Amino acid sequence: MNRHLAARGLAAALALASLSTAAVAQEEVNLYTTREAGLIQPLLDAFTKDTKIKVNAIFIKDGLAERVKTEGANSPADVLMTVDIGNLLDTVDQGVTQAVQSEALSSAIPAHLRDKDGHWYALSLRARLIYASKERVKDTKMTYESLADPKWKGKVCIRSGTHPYNTALIAAHIVHHGEAKTEQWLTGIKNNLARKASGGDREVARDILGGICDVGVANSYYVGLMRSGAGGPDQDKWGAAINPLLATFENGGTHVNISGASIAKNAPNKANAVKLLEYLVSNDAQAIYAKANFEYPVRPSAQIDPIIASFGKLTSDPIDLRAVAKARKAATSLVDKVGFNN
Amino acid sequence: MIARAVRRVAPQGDARIWVFASVAIALLVLAPVVALIAIAAQGSGDLWPHLARYVLPQSIRDTGLLLLGVGIIVVTIGVGTAWLVSACRFPGRALFDWALLLPLAVPTYIVAFAYLDVLHPLGPVQTAMRVLLGIEDVRGFWLPEIRSLWGACLLLGLVLYPYVYLSARALFLMQSASALEAARTLGATGTGTFFRVALPLARPAIVIGTTLALLEALNDIGASEFLGVRTLTVSIYSTWLNRSSLPGAAQIALVMLAAVIALVLFERWARRKQHFAGHARRTHPPSPVPLGGLAAFGAVVACAMPIILGFLVPTLYLASAAWTRLETFGLSPRILSETRNTIGFAVIATAVTLVLGLVLAYAVRLDRGGLATAAARLASLGYAIPGTVLAVGLLTPLAAFDNLADGFMRQLFGIGTGLLIAGSGAALVIAYVTRFLAISAGGIEAGFAKIPSSFDGAARSLGETAAGTVRRVHLPLLSPALGAAAILVFVDCMKELPATLLLRPIGFETLATHIYAEASRGTYEDGAVAALLIVLVGLGPVVLLARMSRPIPALSERSDQVRSTERSL
Repeated sequence: MNRHLAARGLAAALALASLSTAAVAQEEVNLYTTREAGLIQPLLDAFTKDTKIKVNAIFIKDGLAERVKTEGANSPADVLMTVDIGNLLDTVDQGVTQAVQSEALSSAIPAHLRDKDGHWYALSLRARLIYASKERVKDTKMTYESLADPKWKGKVCIRSGTHPYNTALIAAHIVHHGEAKTEQWLTGIKNNLARKASGGDREVARDILGGICDVGVANSYYVGLMRSGAGGPDQDKWGAAINPLLATFENGGTHVNISGASIAKNAPNKANAVKLLEYLVSNDAQAIYAKANFEYPVRPSAQIDPIIASFGKLTSDPIDLRAVAKARKAATSLVDKVGFNN
Repeated sequence: MIARAVRRVAPQGDARIWVFASVAIALLVLAPVVALIAIAAQGSGDLWPHLARYVLPQSIRDTGLLLLGVGIIVVTIGVGTAWLVSACRFPGRALFDWALLLPLAVPTYIVAFAYLDVLHPLGPVQTAMRVLLGIEDVRGFWLPEIRSLWGACLLLGLVLYPYVYLSARALFLMQSASALEAARTLGATGTGTFFRVALPLARPAIVIGTTLALLEALNDIGASEFLGVRTLTVSIYSTWLNRSSLPGAAQIALVMLAAVIALVLFERWARRKQHFAGHARRTHPPSPVPLGGLAAFGAVVACAMPIILGFLVPTLYLASAAWTRLETFGLSPRILSETRNTIGFAVIATAVTLVLGLVLAYAVRLDRGGLATAAARLASLGYAIPGTVLAVGLLTPLAAFDNLADGFMRQLFGIGTGLLIAGSGAALVIAYVTRFLAISAGGIEAGFAKIPSSFDGAARSLGETAAGTVRRVHLPLLSPALGAAAILVFVDCMKELPATLLLRPIGFETLATHIYAEASRGTYEDGAVAALLIVLVGLGPVVLLARMSRPIPALSERSDQVRSTERSL
């Protein structure tokens, strides 16, 4: 029985090996993404329909840059897609990207949302909101700073302090107020936590419905995903239990992070890769970003989904995203220091 | 002794080939460790003062408490139930005997997310309690927070105890009845016999099972993350990802690996003076003591609880979530190819792991010197390294090989081979093999130990080569050990997540990566179908394992296998 198994295994391995070298005839582009591919699948499908270019996507949550780096000159990666400005800049710092210039890209994306040399481009925006219980919270306006107010003791839900979304928020706080004040702020929030800083953003809404907490921090598009019914009937109820507040910094606006992409340094299908990026910032694609993913489009002229638009007008925090990325290390250190996740 | 007997007939060169092969295998497994050392040596700047002050004290404490808690739970449940089903007779014993293995089919990350949902205020348990108690307010009824250290201990313990159960049961069933009967004759009570005779005799077997369970707990990332427990493995992760310091992460990982090796060596040293004569072949198994009344009821409850909590609750929950999902959204067409990938790669990796394990074990049998033994032990190190860390360590040597081969082929023939290993999925097979070789090598080595060396002598003097002896004499005799090892490795490969995530080729998904993808979108429910499939696919082999390990001959193989898995750790 064993010999049989081994023989079959070997045959399968050989078949796989030959497969990997066989499929070259069709025009294609290879996408490495730290964004779960299902989220962007509608966009990729539309791109393939438009251009007949096949997109092979792989979702690599951690270690994307390491993988591309070690694959070296033979890496099949064309487009590297990441979420969070810090992750995006990390990819650039690891030296696995190349600069590309494209009129279509630079005209569609505002200058502060792309690299001046063309190493990275933002594709969509998401705001970090405060979800407040419809039932138990009357506030309609809140600041991030107020989360540390003792009146919320035992009532705040948030995911891990070292998750990139929170790291960026904390880093933005450092840029606004400095490290010392940020440490106090984090300690204040820590003391207000209703449960361990863990789980995901959607669970903030669920836990508010479940009565575990009254307010929490989570991204804007989850409201759309929950309220549109895309997440099933249960999530509909979670979404209905909360008021999504466009929270701001006291001396700034709403914290906004990006999803973005770079062209890989050794991209074998560079031309197609550029086409994909150009497509992603086109009017059509930006509309899909807004409608299917409930993100804020990066293209100023594109329409925002009604569910998201109902939160009110977004006033983005004016501080530079690159400054936020720089403060990340300090932010993570503070999270450790105050034992935010413990 | 065995080696000497073989030596008389084995020509020198013959053994040398096997030893050479086993050293080559050990080097293959060590490649990622060496790569990690190289990464660690790049230096992590000023990271350690920060880690030592704010991160490590807490994560070492959490890790220690987690291992302690999981250890207590797996030993209590594993040994307790093993003793009940092997030494007592009560209603349902035959069922519990195999059903107690079922939680083995449930991956740790799945049990964690299932319970988060089940115990949530909006979940079935709290909702039912509120209805029962007539509480309207959703905040009116509280359960202790499962997202905590004790929650993690409990949940991990519930799915990891089968490792202990498996080894302890095999040993209890094999234990010579005479020792137990002697104890009774000398006036010991049933409980006294258990604590003063059976338990000490079973210590090596219990240690082996516990070691496997604790290494799983130590390397777990999914469940710990879900439950918000900051273990060392989580710290390794966040050092790499949040502090962007791969060298720092590699340094922590290596320190952790050293600690694991030290602990295993220490335990072996601590019982160096104990000798166990459990190998006697002609003992009759102890006859089970019938339990009556309250004792029988207690035994039924004690055996049923782990199965209900570790298997039925998560599985039924998944089944209902999957059903809702299927009703609303239908079956994702991807699921089929993902299931195929999962099973296909687990089968290939299991086959390779078995063949390599066989080579390692046979080299130990042939070789008088310590080289083959050392190779076999080193080749088992992969089990003690967290999956992702192992995967990062594998990236460098694999890609280096690919690019070297590519350059070579281009120069010689003008054909580029591209990423031969990394691009074909062979990298995944290598990762699985590296990680689970300990299980197969250990099991087969134990199987070999039961084959008298005179068989080798006879075969060789009749003109068989070493390979021929393996094929025509050993393999048929080894089949129970091989089967048991195959099943354990298969189930482990199927559940494997972190290495799969990083090393899989483009466009390739397994059930585990599917679940992770859904979970990382915050849509665990969407992963329910895939999660249920993992459990169901794992179920067949687990039941098979339970049946195989029951009959007496196969049974002693099992216990030996686990024993020497520990030896190789």
